[in-house]
Amino acid sequence: MTVFLQRLYFGLIGLFLALPIIVVAGVSVNEKQDLAFPPKGFSLGWYAEIFTNVEWRNALFASITLAALSAAVALLIALPLAWFLWRRHAPWANIFQLLGIAPFTLPPVITALGLLTFWAATGFYGQPATAVISHAIFFVTLPLVTLSLGFSSIDRSLVEAAATMGADDRTVFRTVVLPLILPYLVSGYAFAFVLSLNEYIVAYMTVGFTMETLPIKIFNALRYGYTPTMASVTILFVAIAATIFGLVARFGDLPKLLGAMSSRDQE
Amino acid sequence: MRRETPQKLTDYSPLVFPAGMLIVFFVVPFATMIAVSFFKRNPSGFYTPDFVFDNYARFLSLFFGKVLGFSLMLAIAVAICCIVLAVPFTYLLSRARRRTQVLWLVALLSILSLSEVIIGFAWSTLFSRTAGITNLLVMLGIMDQPVALNPSFGAVLTAMTYQALPYTVLVLYPALVRLDPTLTEAARTLGASPIRAFFTVVVPALRNTIVATLIMVFIFALGCYLLPQILGRPQHWTLSVLITDQAIYQSNMPFAAAMAVFLVLVTLGLVGLTVYAGRKGETA
Repeated sequence: MTVFLQRLYFGLIGLFLALPIIVVAGVSVNEKQDLAFPPKGFSLGWYAEIFTNVEWRNALFASITLAALSAAVALLIALPLAWFLWRRHAPWANIFQLLGIAPFTLPPVITALGLLTFWAATGFYGQPATAVISHAIFFVTLPLVTLSLGFSSIDRSLVEAAATMGADDRTVFRTVVLPLILPYLVSGYAFAFVLSLNEYIVAYMTVGFTMETLPIKIFNALRYGYTPTMASVTILFVAIAATIFGLVARFGDLPKLLGAMSSRDQE
Repeated sequence: MRRETPQKLTDYSPLVFPAGMLIVFFVVPFATMIAVSFFKRNPSGFYTPDFVFDNYARFLSLFFGKVLGFSLMLAIAVAICCIVLAVPFTYLLSRARRRTQVLWLVALLSILSLSEVIIGFAWSTLFSRTAGITNLLVMLGIMDQPVALNPSFGAVLTAMTYQALPYTVLVLYPALVRLDPTLTEAARTLGASPIRAFFTVVVPALRNTIVATLIMVFIFALGCYLLPQILGRPQHWTLSVLITDQAIYQSNMPFAAAMAVFLVLVTLGLVGLTVYAGRKGETA
């Protein structure tokens, strides 16, 4: 009886989460340009449209470039910071950890507006590079959190052994630390990448008038009515996210990454 | 290797790039925004430097009071819906097999990462007359004719709950995984039904976690900037929507900045509350 209730509850939550995606998937295969569910006819033409239509293809390309670059910059900020905080005893430096987490904790409009006023004041407003830096700052939290977790799970006696054998900081980092935190590095990048791909408000406030990322493109299209490409792009994005997180889960320890460590794993 | 206190100046070198980036591109923009909130609006361009309180004085209007009141009410409603749905769900999930857990976590992360634009579009489709859920009800013979369910308050609330639910589960998840399973076992041995054990043992043991999560989801919902615009009527606009609108469409940056500063203060106050609730949880 309770097992049945349990299954039922899982099923209902699953249905709630899947329903919008199911409907959009149905709508995306309509043969003609109408918003109908169940779909009338079947066609994958709207998926091809993402790549054949110049506007959608450019938006997709812009989004992927932005996500790949900004996640890399976020990693470049997070790695030395997380390493320093793990290697050194400097309590005041924790302020930077806090600064790294703040943009993600505050309502996104705030970070977006702060960056908009900043880029406008410095005269760079609208340039593509500003979006890369803005997203890197906005999403630096993710690699920072995964890397802090990665560093804290390193057995310090390993590092100590290496140091006793005469390895300097650089060698220890390359031969011991880096291999151990690599999964956390990759997942931090993956999280930042997927979220940047989907991010709307920061991109819109920084480069919304000069560049179209996919979320901006979808929103602009939404304001002028409906086109089935929005539906196919949505499904594409769900698929990308599920694939990337699926890979993270396949090659990493997802429950642990999300903070569910058993107490013996902790320092 | 123990953690060492930095000895030489070069020991600080790894900190230079991260600290520089965070200061230049987060602290300075934040300060710029605060400065702009005291500037005067310039209808022809962005703004002119000044030091006036006009932008803050506008908070004292009935319109602003209504928007603020509605934003807070909506965020509370979303947070409560999410907690009610997520606490039992996360509890069951944390007791499920590892494979099941990982599968759900991947699904939850995928939905959590979805753009607000996409969530808004998906729900507006689901609530539409031509492709919406009501077509299904017509097919089942429950309704006579398909209807549009948006724009409406219910549509905004549902979509925001949808957006915040994965977040709620992921915030609760670590705490629930760590919850001592012997607690419920003891209750069960003493003859409590699983449901009774959940409400009399699990929920009280997690009271502080639940309060902290409630506040975090509240902040998350407060940041929602598009769903009220896509799925609601103008009276359903929240503070975040209003800030975007003022900054982009009305090009009134100083007023938008003043509202953003206000939103930061509300958020910081709430984060303080969360930390306080967390502390109390540790000592309890």
